Amino acid sequence: MVTTVTSLGRSGLSDWMIQRISAWVMTAYLAFIVVYFIGNPDLSYAQWAELNSSLPMRMFSLITILSIAAHAWIGMWCVLTDYITVRLIGPKATAIRIFFQLGMIAVTLLYVIWAIDILWGI
Amino acid sequence: MDNKRPVNLDIGTIKLPITSYVSILHRVSGVVLFFAVGIFLWMLESSLASEQSFNDLGAKLSNPVCQFIIWGSLAALAYHAVAGIRHLIMDFGVGEDSFYAGRNSAWAAVVLSVVVIALLTWWIL
Repeated sequence: MVTTVTSLGRSGLSDWMIQRISAWVMTAYLAFIVVYFIGNPDLSYAQWAELNSSLPMRMFSLITILSIAAHAWIGMWCVLTDYITVRLIGPKATAIRIFFQLGMIAVTLLYVIWAIDILWGI
Repeated sequence: MDNKRPVNLDIGTIKLPITSYVSILHRVSGVVLFFAVGIFLWMLESSLASEQSFNDLGAKLSNPVCQFIIWGSLAALAYHAVAGIRHLIMDFGVGEDSFYAGRNSAWAAVVLSVVVIALLTWWIL
């Protein structure tokens, strides 16, 4: 189980479940935004700011960015642990992979903080 | 781990089915999206900071270089979403009972994402 120490859910089944739930949340958000943009082709700043500063939309956006973070963490973990391996790129692979994994986690957390800053700064 | 074990599955020498390409492209678009999230957040921030920055963003989005970057990001999103929804449908036991069903839904995902990306291109231009 040592190899899964940097995965989000610490188990494949847990990661699978989080990946599915976050996918549904993001699909719902994407569907909402697409319908909203089609329904409001001449969107004004006032209307857009009003929508995004309402509590339900802030909550929806917050749950979506948390889903993006979890989904990206799990997805990038899969890609990095599949391709940056000792078999594929040699003995330095583990150090390189840990570097990229930490970078990925840092960027993911920065995205979440940035999104909260945007949404509650309107 | 014993690194001297032979590797028999050399993926580079194997002719891959459409399902493999759909899967590989799902991964590639996912990695692209990891960076595109930064672009989307920058657009969200610019559109919400003030009326001035909202209008400035509109002006920036008419720049061809900006348009191309956003087109690429949205195309990756469209493909990843379509291929992802294919998996979500399969979770309900639909189309995952045979290789042929998987191959058909893989082709459906390719066709649908091409249509969505075409609509997207038309919307941006």
